[in-house]
Amino acid sequence: MSILYLLIGCSLSLALIFLTAFFWAQRTGQNDDLYTPSIRMLLEEEEEQEEQEIGSKK
Amino acid sequence: MANALLEKTICYHCGDDCLTGVYIIEEKHFCCHGCKSVYQVLSDNKLCSYYNYNEHPGATRTRTDSRFDYLSEPSIGSELIDYTDTHVTIVTFYIPHIHCSSCLWLLEQLYKINPAVHYCRVDFLKKQLTIRFDHHKLSLQQLVELLDDIGYEPLISLQDIIKKQNSATKDNLVQKIAAAGFCFGNVMLLSFPEYFGLSGYELSFRHFFGWLNILFCLPVVFYSGKGYFISAWQNLRNKVLSIDFPLALGIAVLFARTVFDVFNHSGAGFGDTLCGLVFFLLLGKFVQKKTYHHISFERDYRSFFPVAVHILEDILERPIPLSQLKTGHRMIIRNNEIIPADAILLKGMAMIDFSFVTGESLPVSKTLGEIIYAGGRQTGEAIEMEVIKPVSQSYLTQLWNNEAFTCKQDNRMQTFNEKVSRYFTIVLLIIAFASLFLWLPTNVKKGFAAFTAVLIVACPCALALSTPFTMSSALSIFDRNQFYLKNTRAVEQMAEIDTIVMDKTGTITTGESINVQIEAVLTEDQKAQVYSACINSIHPLSRMICHFLGSKERLPVNDYSEITGKGIVANIGTHRIRIGNAKLVLGQPEESIHITKVHLMIDENYLGYFGFAHRYRNGLENITGLEPSYKLFLLSGDLDHERYELTRFFKDPEQMHFNQSPQNKLDFIRSLQLKGEKVMMIGDGLNDSGALKQSNLGIAVSDNINNFSPGSDAILDGKSFNKLPSFLRFSKDTVSIIHFSFLISLVYNLVGLSYAITGNLSPLTAAILMPLSTVTIISFTSLATHLAAKRRKLI
Repeated sequence: MSILYLLIGCSLSLALIFLTAFFWAQRTGQNDDLYTPSIRMLLEEEEEQEEQEIGSKK
Repeated sequence: MANALLEKTICYHCGDDCLTGVYIIEEKHFCCHGCKSVYQVLSDNKLCSYYNYNEHPGATRTRTDSRFDYLSEPSIGSELIDYTDTHVTIVTFYIPHIHCSSCLWLLEQLYKINPAVHYCRVDFLKKQLTIRFDHHKLSLQQLVELLDDIGYEPLISLQDIIKKQNSATKDNLVQKIAAAGFCFGNVMLLSFPEYFGLSGYELSFRHFFGWLNILFCLPVVFYSGKGYFISAWQNLRNKVLSIDFPLALGIAVLFARTVFDVFNHSGAGFGDTLCGLVFFLLLGKFVQKKTYHHISFERDYRSFFPVAVHILEDILERPIPLSQLKTGHRMIIRNNEIIPADAILLKGMAMIDFSFVTGESLPVSKTLGEIIYAGGRQTGEAIEMEVIKPVSQSYLTQLWNNEAFTCKQDNRMQTFNEKVSRYFTIVLLIIAFASLFLWLPTNVKKGFAAFTAVLIVACPCALALSTPFTMSSALSIFDRNQFYLKNTRAVEQMAEIDTIVMDKTGTITTGESINVQIEAVLTEDQKAQVYSACINSIHPLSRMICHFLGSKERLPVNDYSEITGKGIVANIGTHRIRIGNAKLVLGQPEESIHITKVHLMIDENYLGYFGFAHRYRNGLENITGLEPSYKLFLLSGDLDHERYELTRFFKDPEQMHFNQSPQNKLDFIRSLQLKGEKVMMIGDGLNDSGALKQSNLGIAVSDNINNFSPGSDAILDGKSFNKLPSFLRFSKDTVSIIHFSFLISLVYNLVGLSYAITGNLSPLTAAILMPLSTVTIISFTSLATHLAAKRRKLI
């Protein structure tokens, strides 16, 4: 059963990595604006649009 | 009719009706030059996809006279900038017009219009735009002008809302919850083996798990739970027993007992109860903190006054910050600019729109030499004025020097939680010490076990959660009905209200408050005659008639006389015109009482009348129907023209007070409060600010939530005005829900105490009881609030 020590150690370190990742995301303001990206992703990328314009000129 | 609809053209940019066909490019119609020029800027920069994402995404540009030259003044510019170094400057603007995906798209493409802009980011909900730009190539003023050119004028005000909002969110609550939740999960997992029983040869794990539990409790107590210790200590020093004291005590005892048990191998400790407690408490704090990004409750006059004003010095005009404006300065106020200080009119035609201050939408004309109070907006040509009082001492702004604004009024009303927690703490301590002394003579160990167990089990977790969870669901229900409360405390304040005071203009009347109708058939000649007679008068009704008739030819008028309170008699050409009330025109008193009539007689022929009906908000009768459970009052800054019409709603003449200055309003509220009344003030203009602040609950009514509202406890959308009685009843329901959930949590506490006093509280019992009571409270409050809202037809 000593394997439990190792397993608990593994699971804890994994969980800690996730916690740190969350803390990092929070600190760097990644969760500050949760709404705007949902609109932004619906807008076209500018490169594509330029290509379209060139295409239409031809 | 259908044809007429089809022929109506709509501005390609803003969607308003096009009144002229002058502004056309590329077969696209525009309503004004402003809209057309925005389109030109965008098409020059190949940004016309702007119009593809949404139909008519722009704002109307009929007014394009904003000036930003004051931004070049270093003292003003530096106030606005977030960050600057030798290469770049970062600035954040609040742009009210951000409303659709087109706005987002265009604003983030600014660099295409001007390459000096490096980076733009929109925060849609907050309506903010963050720009990083090269200030060597583009000045702040040019940047703002660029934004203005594409139709997104930023709102720049003295009281910077943006910075306040950004600084307020730095309490790391989410991180604390994350840490507590993380530890809670792990501790629970590690506690299970203990609860299910460990066989003899697995006992070594018990110590290992125990020590791990302590390790997890450390961040929960010292990071996540730190706030409770601090606030408990602060409250003790102020000799207040708040709910934070028993909570902090509970956390401390739980931790001490856990460490002790693990250290002495005398039990598993209460690690999971401790982590669960802190986790749920923080969760309660989180839901309680409701933020409305687009609304500010803390506005005062500085939010509405300009940042700078132009003054004349030796014939030279230069902008100065408002704080430097002194008595004796000559300032120039242009069309649509706000007069920032009381001043004497020296030059120009002043037509001042005081809608900001009073809610009255009709501009008032002023003559040379007259004193004009701050807060009015000039419409028309530029005027020159001499400042007679500094900004902070003006008639309007001196209100903010009143003590209602200077003292912090956070504890205007004790919440239920605050009232109860004092007694709760005392009773808790008595029981804890009683059980300690009961056991001490016989069994010291058991005595301490019982003492700590009482403090653990009676820790008022459920009590602490009942208010936040009830109130946060109440807030979201109000929110759904366009009623925005500042915080959860305001709901309880609303439940205690017994007196309602209302402002008149803008509050119980709508923006376009007066409906003119004509009950007469007039020829064009007659219309011109009426117009020519009325244009001479400054009486509001005459002005409304002129406005109603539209601009007509002005005919020469002879023998003009205006009889105060009656009407106008004039000769125009060969016609004798009489316009006025029934007594003047018909020689008999008026019969109808519901609308104001202006009768019209030309050459002894009675032609009919103009009817003026005040349009009161829908549901005003619901509110006046609240009597007698609520006392109602009306405070108006206007003269009592409408007293007669308002008797429909306010039966007792004592209820209506007219001609009230902002200070009078504040004093009236205070006099009611001195009589022990709990007063709710409903207002809309800056002139109600004092009364709103002084009252127990100040509600600002606004027809456009984003636009303007004075500082208050709550903001009500004009559309939901008729729901106010339901809101009041619902707030009372929520308070009953809190009372009831308090009873539930007491029952749980009693059950736990029966275990605790005997000194036999097992960690398992505590671990089950604590989350169970929490879940019961959370589900009960949310469900009950939902049902109450349904009963009041709010959802």
